[in-house]
Amino acid sequence: MRWIWIDKFTEFTSKTSATAIKTVTLAEEHLHDLYPAFPIVPHSLIVEGMAQTAGILVGEARNFREKVILAKIGRATFHRLVRPGETIQFQARIDQLSEHGASVSGSVTSGEQTVADIELMFSHIDQNMAGLKFPEHNFVFTEQFTDLLQSYRAAANISI
Amino acid sequence: MALSHDEIYAKVKEVLVDALGVDDDEVKPESSLKGDLGAESIDFLDISFRLEKSFNIKIPRGELFPEGLDASFVQDGKLTDAGLAEVRRRLPHADFSELEKTRDVSLVPNLFAVRDIVEYLERKTA
Repeated sequence: MRWIWIDKFTEFTSKTSATAIKTVTLAEEHLHDLYPAFPIVPHSLIVEGMAQTAGILVGEARNFREKVILAKIGRATFHRLVRPGETIQFQARIDQLSEHGASVSGSVTSGEQTVADIELMFSHIDQNMAGLKFPEHNFVFTEQFTDLLQSYRAAANISI
Repeated sequence: MALSHDEIYAKVKEVLVDALGVDDDEVKPESSLKGDLGAESIDFLDISFRLEKSFNIKIPRGELFPEGLDASFVQDGKLTDAGLAEVRRRLPHADFSELEKTRDVSLVPNLFAVRDIVEYLERKTA
């Protein structure tokens, strides 16, 4: 089973941009790992949320034919902490997309406030790791990931 | 108007500093991307994207970096005769002694230096 960190998409424009939200609850164990009695969302999980949002955006751009992996965090600047009870929004925009991969800029917000600015690079591994063999099936985009997108499209009444 | 050699070099340097997190004075024309500047395979894609943005050009697959060699030039991780000839054509300044011995395709990025990017862009933007 894969771990899904975003709750749902609220906007998805193929090959261009996507927005997903995540509501943070006190019940999540990993919030308590950094500072006793001061639960926060670790920065690494904020990057993970952006990677999932952007990764699905990049995968959908090629109809999930490519195995898309997070290859590089170009920049991650954090402006404030995120606490339980907040709903954070991950906005991702594709800057460049090629047969080799994609670069994405993203911003993370909570209400009107900016939480983080993140730049990520994704690789289409079958196109970049010449000579290495990977499983035939797409192990990156399992049903759990594609279901997120289908739920959004169903709610927005967009044909799949 | 075409950019001068110095203008191209300055922009390439800026791209490499941003993409690889190296200091400005570490980037020299003869610096190899992998050996001297510590570039990893994914950095080549990053650099490619940044160059496209900075110079407002499209870099077709395999045109700039040797690691974008067509699969027909590589067999079981080794360069074929045609592959070796292709790398020689693209990197005329490089020292091929090690590569000729092993044919190991993973050594190719070691040969690629900053001046090769600058020369490519001079041709591309002329």
